[in-house]
Amino acid sequence: MLSLQQQETVHFFILLIYLTDVNMVAWTDFERETIQSIFGKIDEDVGPAAFSRCLVVYPWTQRYFGRFGNMGSAAAIQANPMVAAHGKVVLNGLQKAVKNLDNIKGTYTELSVLHSETLRVDPDNFRLLADCLTIVIAAKMGADFTAEVQAAFQKFLAVVVSSLCRQYY
Amino acid sequence: MSLSVKDKKIIKAFFGTISSKAEDVGKEALSRTLVVYPQTKTYFSHWKDLSPGSDKVRKHGGVIMEGIANAVENIDDLSAGLLTLSELHAFMLRIDPANFKIINHNILVAFAMLFPGDFTPEVHVSVDKFLSQLALALSEKYR
Repeated sequence: MLSLQQQETVHFFILLIYLTDVNMVAWTDFERETIQSIFGKIDEDVGPAAFSRCLVVYPWTQRYFGRFGNMGSAAAIQANPMVAAHGKVVLNGLQKAVKNLDNIKGTYTELSVLHSETLRVDPDNFRLLADCLTIVIAAKMGADFTAEVQAAFQKFLAVVVSSLCRQYY
Repeated sequence: MSLSVKDKKIIKAFFGTISSKAEDVGKEALSRTLVVYPQTKTYFSHWKDLSPGSDKVRKHGGVIMEGIANAVENIDDLSAGLLTLSELHAFMLRIDPANFKIINHNILVAFAMLFPGDFTPEVHVSVDKFLSQLALALSEKYR
Protein backbone atom coordinates (compact mmCIF):
# COMPACT_ATOMS: atom_id res chain seq x y z
CA MET A 1 0.00 0.00 0.00
CA LEU A 2 1.44 3.40 -1.03
CA SER A 3 1.86 6.21 1.49
CA LEU A 4 -0.32 9.29 1.07
CA GLN A 5 2.63 11.20 -0.31
CA GLN A 6 3.39 8.44 -2.83
CA GLN A 7 -0.25 8.34 -3.91
CA GLU A 8 -0.24 12.10 -4.43
CA THR A 9 2.87 11.82 -6.58
CA VAL A 10 1.28 9.10 -8.70
CA HIS A 11 -1.89 11.18 -9.11
CA PHE A 12 0.20 14.20 -10.13
CA PHE A 13 1.93 12.26 -12.90
CA ILE A 14 -1.30 10.74 -14.17
CA LEU A 15 -2.80 14.25 -14.34
CA LEU A 16 0.30 15.52 -16.14
CA ILE A 17 -0.03 12.82 -18.79
CA TYR A 18 -3.70 13.64 -19.38
CA LEU A 19 -3.02 17.37 -19.64
CA THR A 20 -0.03 17.07 -21.93
CA ASP A 21 -0.93 16.98 -25.59
CA VAL A 22 1.13 13.95 -26.46
CA ASN A 23 1.75 14.31 -30.16
CA MET A 24 2.14 10.89 -31.71
CA VAL A 25 3.83 12.08 -34.92
CA ALA A 26 7.53 12.90 -34.89
CA TRP A 27 8.93 14.60 -37.99
CA THR A 28 12.64 14.53 -38.77
CA ASP A 29 14.21 17.76 -40.05
CA PHE A 30 14.49 16.18 -43.49
CA GLU A 31 10.80 15.22 -43.55
CA ARG A 32 9.68 18.65 -42.37
CA GLU A 33 11.84 20.48 -44.91
CA THR A 34 10.84 18.13 -47.71
CA ILE A 35 7.10 18.51 -47.09
CA GLN A 36 7.31 22.28 -46.70
CA SER A 37 9.45 22.58 -49.81
CA ILE A 38 7.13 20.51 -52.00
CA PHE A 39 4.00 22.36 -50.90
CA GLY A 40 5.76 25.73 -50.98
CA LYS A 41 6.56 25.33 -54.66
CA ILE A 42 3.44 23.49 -55.75
CA ASP A 43 1.65 24.51 -58.97
CA GLU A 44 -1.99 25.52 -58.79
CA ASP A 45 -2.94 22.73 -61.16
CA VAL A 46 -1.71 19.92 -58.89
CA GLY A 47 -4.99 19.76 -56.93
CA PRO A 48 -7.17 19.54 -60.07
CA ALA A 49 -4.70 17.09 -61.69
CA ALA A 50 -4.70 14.72 -58.70
CA PHE A 51 -8.44 14.90 -58.12
CA SER A 52 -9.36 14.39 -61.78
CA ARG A 53 -6.86 11.51 -62.03
CA CYS A 54 -8.56 9.88 -59.03
CA LEU A 55 -11.98 10.15 -60.72
CA VAL A 56 -10.55 8.54 -63.89
CA VAL A 57 -8.40 5.82 -62.33
CA TYR A 58 -10.93 4.86 -59.61
CA PRO A 59 -14.27 5.67 -61.24
CA TRP A 60 -16.34 4.56 -58.26
CA THR A 61 -15.08 7.69 -56.46
CA GLN A 62 -17.40 9.66 -58.77
CA ARG A 63 -20.29 8.54 -56.55
CA TYR A 64 -19.83 11.59 -54.31
CA PHE A 65 -19.95 14.11 -57.12
CA GLY A 66 -23.25 13.60 -58.92
CA ARG A 67 -23.84 17.34 -59.04
CA PHE A 68 -20.63 17.97 -60.99
CA GLY A 69 -22.24 17.26 -64.35
CA ASN A 70 -20.44 15.54 -67.21
CA MET A 71 -17.92 12.96 -66.06
CA GLY A 72 -18.64 10.45 -68.81
CA SER A 73 -15.08 10.15 -70.10
CA ALA A 74 -11.52 10.89 -69.04
CA ALA A 75 -11.54 13.93 -71.32
CA ALA A 76 -14.82 15.20 -69.86
CA ILE A 77 -13.54 14.78 -66.30
CA GLN A 78 -10.33 16.62 -67.02
CA ALA A 79 -12.22 19.47 -68.71
CA ASN A 80 -14.94 19.72 -66.03
CA PRO A 81 -14.71 23.13 -64.26
CA MET A 82 -16.39 21.85 -61.06
CA VAL A 83 -13.81 19.06 -60.86
CA ALA A 84 -11.03 21.61 -61.23
CA ALA A 85 -12.55 23.90 -58.60
CA HIS A 86 -12.87 21.04 -56.14
CA GLY A 87 -9.29 19.97 -56.81
CA LYS A 88 -8.22 23.43 -55.59
CA VAL A 89 -10.37 23.05 -52.44
CA VAL A 90 -8.64 19.74 -51.67
CA LEU A 91 -5.18 21.22 -52.15
CA ASN A 92 -6.00 24.17 -49.87
CA GLY A 93 -7.02 21.65 -47.24
CA LEU A 94 -3.63 19.95 -47.54
CA GLN A 95 -1.82 23.30 -47.25
CA LYS A 96 -3.56 23.75 -43.90
CA ALA A 97 -2.04 20.48 -42.72
CA VAL A 98 1.41 21.57 -43.93
CA LYS A 99 1.07 24.79 -41.87
CA ASN A 100 0.14 22.72 -38.81
CA LEU A 101 2.47 19.73 -39.15
CA ASP A 102 2.64 19.25 -35.39
CA ASN A 103 -1.10 19.06 -34.95
CA ILE A 104 -2.69 17.73 -38.10
CA LYS A 105 -5.03 15.64 -35.99
CA GLY A 106 -6.46 18.72 -34.21
CA THR A 107 -6.46 20.85 -37.36
CA TYR A 108 -8.57 18.25 -39.18
CA THR A 109 -11.13 17.51 -36.46
CA GLU A 110 -13.93 19.47 -38.15
CA LEU A 111 -12.97 18.22 -41.61
CA SER A 112 -13.10 14.66 -40.33
CA VAL A 113 -16.57 15.16 -38.86
CA LEU A 114 -17.67 16.76 -42.15
CA HIS A 115 -16.44 13.82 -44.25
CA SER A 116 -17.95 11.28 -41.88
CA GLU A 117 -21.29 12.82 -40.89
CA THR A 118 -22.26 15.05 -43.81
CA LEU A 119 -20.41 13.83 -46.88
CA ARG A 120 -20.34 10.19 -45.76
CA VAL A 121 -17.18 9.36 -47.68
CA ASP A 122 -15.75 5.85 -47.43
CA PRO A 123 -12.31 6.53 -45.88
CA ASP A 124 -10.62 4.20 -48.35
CA ASN A 125 -11.16 6.97 -50.89
CA PHE A 126 -8.69 9.18 -49.00
CA ARG A 127 -5.99 6.60 -49.65
CA LEU A 128 -6.88 6.45 -53.36
CA LEU A 129 -6.67 10.24 -53.70
CA ALA A 130 -3.38 10.24 -51.78
CA ASP A 131 -1.93 7.70 -54.24
CA CYS A 132 -2.99 9.86 -57.19
CA LEU A 133 -1.40 12.91 -55.57
CA THR A 134 1.85 10.95 -55.18
CA ILE A 135 1.76 10.06 -58.89
CA VAL A 136 1.17 13.71 -59.91
CA ILE A 137 4.00 14.99 -57.69
CA ALA A 138 6.31 12.24 -59.01
CA ALA A 139 5.53 13.33 -62.57
CA LYS A 140 6.25 16.98 -61.70
CA MET A 141 9.48 16.34 -59.77
CA GLY A 142 11.01 13.56 -61.88
CA ALA A 143 14.40 12.53 -60.57
CA ASP A 144 14.07 14.97 -57.63
CA PHE A 145 11.35 12.69 -56.28
CA THR A 146 13.91 10.39 -54.71
CA ALA A 147 12.99 7.36 -52.59
CA GLU A 148 13.68 9.39 -49.42
CA VAL A 149 11.51 12.28 -50.61
CA GLN A 150 8.76 9.81 -51.51
CA ALA A 151 8.96 8.27 -48.03
CA ALA A 152 8.56 11.70 -46.39
CA PHE A 153 5.71 12.67 -48.71
CA GLN A 154 3.84 9.40 -48.19
CA LYS A 155 4.31 9.65 -44.40
CA PHE A 156 2.70 13.10 -44.51
CA LEU A 157 -0.22 11.78 -46.57
CA ALA A 158 -0.63 8.83 -44.20
CA VAL A 159 -0.95 11.23 -41.25
CA VAL A 160 -3.44 13.35 -43.20
CA VAL A 161 -5.52 10.28 -44.08
CA SER A 162 -5.40 9.01 -40.51
CA SER A 163 -6.50 12.42 -39.16
CA LEU A 164 -9.38 12.54 -41.63
CA CYS A 165 -10.50 9.08 -40.49
CA ARG A 166 -10.26 9.93 -36.82
CA GLN A 167 -13.82 11.16 -36.15
CA TYR A 168 -15.52 8.29 -37.97
CA TYR A 169 -17.53 5.93 -35.79
CA MET B 1 -12.12 -5.34 -63.35
CA SER B 2 -10.90 -7.47 -66.26
CA LEU B 3 -9.01 -5.98 -69.19
CA SER B 4 -10.99 -4.60 -72.10
CA VAL B 5 -9.79 -4.58 -75.71
CA LYS B 6 -9.01 -0.87 -75.24
CA ASP B 7 -7.02 -1.59 -72.04
CA LYS B 8 -4.89 -4.21 -73.82
CA LYS B 9 -4.18 -1.83 -76.71
CA ILE B 10 -3.10 0.95 -74.32
CA ILE B 11 -0.96 -1.43 -72.27
CA LYS B 12 0.87 -2.89 -75.28
CA ALA B 13 1.53 0.60 -76.65
CA PHE B 14 2.73 1.99 -73.32
CA PHE B 15 5.04 -0.93 -72.57
CA GLY B 16 6.48 -0.46 -76.05
CA THR B 17 7.19 3.17 -75.15
CA ILE B 18 8.93 2.34 -71.87
CA SER B 19 10.84 -0.73 -73.07
CA SER B 20 14.12 1.15 -73.63
CA LYS B 21 14.11 2.27 -69.98
CA ALA B 22 12.64 -0.88 -68.48
CA GLU B 23 15.64 -1.53 -66.23
CA ASP B 24 15.51 2.05 -64.91
CA VAL B 25 11.84 1.64 -64.12
CA GLY B 26 12.55 -1.63 -62.32
CA LYS B 27 15.47 -0.14 -60.39
CA GLU B 28 13.38 2.87 -59.30
CA ALA B 29 10.39 0.71 -58.33
CA LEU B 30 12.43 -1.73 -56.27
CA SER B 31 14.53 1.01 -54.62
CA ARG B 32 11.41 2.80 -53.50
CA THR B 33 9.81 -0.40 -52.27
CA LEU B 34 12.79 -1.05 -49.99
CA VAL B 35 13.02 2.55 -48.71
CA VAL B 36 9.39 3.64 -48.43
CA TYR B 37 8.13 0.25 -47.18
CA PRO B 38 11.06 -0.98 -45.07
CA GLN B 39 9.29 -4.19 -44.07
CA THR B 40 9.96 -5.45 -47.62
CA LYS B 41 13.66 -5.59 -46.82
CA THR B 42 12.95 -8.79 -44.92
CA TYR B 43 12.92 -10.64 -48.25
CA PHE B 44 16.44 -9.50 -49.12
CA SER B 45 18.39 -10.25 -45.97
CA HIS B 46 20.86 -12.19 -48.14
CA TRP B 47 21.96 -8.99 -49.94
CA LYS B 48 24.60 -6.77 -48.39
CA ASP B 49 23.67 -3.55 -50.17
CA LEU B 50 20.01 -2.57 -50.19
CA SER B 51 20.60 1.11 -50.95
CA PRO B 52 18.61 2.70 -53.79
CA GLY B 53 20.30 2.11 -57.14
CA SER B 54 22.81 -0.46 -55.86
CA ASP B 55 23.98 -3.08 -58.35
CA LYS B 56 21.87 -5.88 -56.92
CA VAL B 57 18.77 -3.65 -56.73
CA ARG B 58 19.26 -2.45 -60.32
CA LYS B 59 19.75 -5.97 -61.64
CA HIS B 60 16.80 -7.39 -59.76
CA GLY B 61 14.61 -4.48 -60.86
CA GLY B 62 15.46 -5.51 -64.41
CA VAL B 63 14.50 -9.10 -63.70
CA ILE B 64 11.12 -7.99 -62.38
CA MET B 65 10.47 -5.83 -65.45
CA GLU B 66 11.35 -8.75 -67.72
CA GLY B 67 8.69 -10.79 -65.93
CA ILE B 68 6.21 -7.98 -66.48
CA ALA B 69 7.13 -7.71 -70.17
CA ASN B 70 6.50 -11.46 -70.42
CA ALA B 71 3.09 -10.89 -68.83
CA VAL B 72 2.29 -8.26 -71.50
CA GLU B 73 3.05 -10.92 -74.15
CA ASN B 74 0.61 -13.23 -72.36
CA ILE B 75 -2.00 -10.58 -71.68
CA ASP B 76 -4.81 -12.70 -73.12
CA ASP B 77 -4.25 -15.47 -70.57
CA LEU B 78 -2.23 -14.21 -67.62
CA SER B 79 -2.86 -17.25 -65.40
CA ALA B 80 -1.46 -19.64 -68.00
CA GLY B 81 1.38 -17.35 -69.02
CA LEU B 82 2.51 -16.75 -65.42
CA LEU B 83 2.12 -20.33 -64.18
CA THR B 84 5.84 -20.99 -63.64
CA LEU B 85 6.41 -17.60 -62.03
CA SER B 86 3.44 -18.16 -59.76
CA GLU B 87 4.85 -21.49 -58.63
CA LEU B 88 8.20 -19.80 -57.97
CA HIS B 89 6.62 -17.08 -55.83
CA ALA B 90 4.26 -19.47 -54.06
CA PHE B 91 6.56 -22.35 -53.18
CA MET B 92 10.08 -20.99 -53.23
CA LEU B 93 10.04 -17.24 -52.60
CA ARG B 94 6.83 -17.28 -50.54
CA ILE B 95 6.41 -13.54 -50.78
CA ASP B 96 3.26 -12.36 -49.02
CA PRO B 97 0.92 -11.29 -51.87
CA ALA B 98 0.19 -8.04 -50.02
CA ASN B 99 3.59 -6.94 -51.28
CA PHE B 100 2.48 -7.12 -54.92
CA LYS B 101 0.27 -4.09 -54.27
CA ILE B 102 3.29 -2.27 -52.86
CA ILE B 103 5.61 -2.88 -55.78
CA ASN B 104 2.78 -2.15 -58.23
CA HIS B 105 2.31 1.27 -56.62
CA ASN B 106 6.03 1.99 -56.93
CA ILE B 107 6.08 0.83 -60.57
CA LEU B 108 3.35 3.42 -61.23
CA VAL B 109 5.42 6.07 -59.42
CA ALA B 110 8.46 5.15 -61.56
CA PHE B 111 6.36 5.44 -64.74
CA ALA B 112 5.11 8.89 -63.63
CA MET B 113 8.67 10.05 -62.88
CA LEU B 114 10.29 8.75 -66.04
CA PHE B 115 7.44 9.21 -68.53
CA PRO B 116 5.38 12.14 -67.19
CA GLY B 117 3.95 13.06 -70.59
CA ASP B 118 2.98 9.50 -71.54
CA PHE B 119 1.57 8.38 -68.20
CA THR B 120 -1.79 10.12 -68.62
CA PRO B 121 -4.82 9.25 -66.44
CA GLU B 122 -6.16 7.02 -69.25
CA VAL B 123 -2.89 5.08 -69.44
CA HIS B 124 -2.69 5.02 -65.62
CA VAL B 125 -6.07 3.31 -65.20
CA SER B 126 -5.30 0.61 -67.80
CA VAL B 127 -1.83 -0.07 -66.39
CA ASP B 128 -3.19 -0.17 -62.82
CA LYS B 129 -5.82 -2.71 -63.91
CA PHE B 130 -3.15 -4.77 -65.68
CA LEU B 131 -0.78 -4.82 -62.69
CA SER B 132 -3.69 -5.85 -60.43
CA GLN B 133 -4.55 -8.74 -62.78
CA LEU B 134 -0.87 -9.64 -62.90
CA ALA B 135 -0.71 -9.80 -59.10
CA LEU B 136 -3.77 -12.06 -59.09
CA ALA B 137 -2.22 -14.39 -61.66
CA LEU B 138 1.02 -14.43 -59.68
CA SER B 139 -0.93 -15.41 -56.55
CA GLU B 140 -2.69 -18.29 -58.38
CA LYS B 141 -0.61 -21.11 -56.94
CA TYR B 142 -0.38 -19.85 -53.35
CA ARG B 143 -3.21 -21.99 -52.03
